[in-house]
Amino acid sequence: MNVAHVTDDKSISLKATEKRFGSSKNGVQALTPTTIDIAAGGMTILLGPSGCGKTTMLRLIAGLVAPTSGIIEIGGVNLWANGRRNSEALSHLGMVFQDANLFPWLTIEQNIALPLKLRGVKKSDRLAKAQDLCKLVGIAGFERRMPNELSGGMRQRASIARALSYDPGILLMDEPFGALDAITRDTMNNELQRIWMETGKTVVLVTHSIGEAVFLADKIVLLSPRPGRVQEVIDVTFPRPRDQSVSLDPEFQRIATYLRDKLDH
Amino acid sequence: MSSQDTNEDASGTPLIPSWVGSLLILVGLLAAWEGYVHFFEISRLILPAPSEVLAHWLGYLQNPLIWYHTGITAWETLLGFFFATILGVGLGILLGKMPRLERMLNPFVIATQVVPKVALVPLFVVWFGFGMTSKVVIATILAFFPILLNTVLGIKSVDNGHKEVMESLNATRTQRLTQLDFPSSLPYILTGMEVGVVLAIIGAVVGEYLGGNDGLGNVAVREMNSYNTTALFAVIIHLSVLGFAFYAVVVGMRKYLIPWHGSSN
Repeated sequence: MNVAHVTDDKSISLKATEKRFGSSKNGVQALTPTTIDIAAGGMTILLGPSGCGKTTMLRLIAGLVAPTSGIIEIGGVNLWANGRRNSEALSHLGMVFQDANLFPWLTIEQNIALPLKLRGVKKSDRLAKAQDLCKLVGIAGFERRMPNELSGGMRQRASIARALSYDPGILLMDEPFGALDAITRDTMNNELQRIWMETGKTVVLVTHSIGEAVFLADKIVLLSPRPGRVQEVIDVTFPRPRDQSVSLDPEFQRIATYLRDKLDH
Repeated sequence: MSSQDTNEDASGTPLIPSWVGSLLILVGLLAAWEGYVHFFEISRLILPAPSEVLAHWLGYLQNPLIWYHTGITAWETLLGFFFATILGVGLGILLGKMPRLERMLNPFVIATQVVPKVALVPLFVVWFGFGMTSKVVIATILAFFPILLNTVLGIKSVDNGHKEVMESLNATRTQRLTQLDFPSSLPYILTGMEVGVVLAIIGAVVGEYLGGNDGLGNVAVREMNSYNTTALFAVIIHLSVLGFAFYAVVVGMRKYLIPWHGSSN
């Protein structure tokens, strides 16, 4: 492992990054020009109501949409150069979607190893890596199962493992637990915290759940809609590892109430 | 399997397997036919008794000349089906991936679709002669369209979430095609092939009706010209068995090629 560069490839910075959809006159400004540095190795939560641009911001960072203007740097590398995505910058990014999006014709381990297959890693190596990742995300023993044999929570664990397979410094998550039931969701939040602490990745997670945001976050980036913009950045400093009882802490209640007030406006 | 999948009473024991029911219906129909022919003394020129047809067909099975013609028809069908699959899947992927090209070519595809292609058979005999080539061409053309249309539909139906996974993994065009588009479209392609293989047989037999001296279609025409209706029925049975064999092979491929898909259960 190249320790010297560990923090380098985990940093994200937006410089006057703007996204409009449609023509400049009638178009929608999904994200007003935004400048922000996202802490390397931190757990950053993008929180806001629908239409606030939080998903747009994440998709911009992920390289899934191109900015209308401004610059996005991943690990110090410009993500978009000459209208094309920089593959070095992309290799620092792992993306987890709201749906697990596993390929139904592949086994769980084949799904997890898919990014390595695309990178030309040889079969025995990539399957060994997939097995390690199954242990990390807590689905050991399900390597040979098909995705439709797993519960929603387990499928999402597999999709996290897939995003981690090529060891990116940054894990981007777009409402990853939004489709899960409340109980599974709590479990997954605990698990995500554990995986994050074990791997030391930079995590950027989009949610519209205040409880999820306060439980997970080092920093909450609060966005507001029409036009989408960053309203405020809030530090959350409870010690780690946190468990769900942290929600009983008066400070937790205070932050949650504050956020709820902000979101009501 | 659960009680919904078989005919079971409340205690869970099967009443009659469905194939026994099908067999009983078949036996009933044949008995009615046999009785009708004997009771009303129908000329065997009009409608031979099923027992006579069966006897004639069993005689065919020991006749090397019939097997020669069976081989010819089977080979024409197989070649036509093979070319139709290569062309249909190849062009289907191209059109599915290039919506602009598809829109440009769509009027032509529709035009060639609505032409009664069987009416073109005499033309192909003129162009390609009385040998096997003209039959293979007809079989190819008939089988081609369902395979093409289903492949296009399959490519267009690739899940958007899956596409975004490949995009976030920075997959190349070739990788997207081989790892996502093709496997995802396979259920559609196989559906097109199921329709196509039946049309390939029809194409080969119709071609044999109109030109040449070989193949089961030609045998049927000759028997008709000599007013041997019993033999004509026997040829039809023989062709049906051949058709069913081809169809069963293609349907059987589902289990091996797409065990993950719901249609394989």
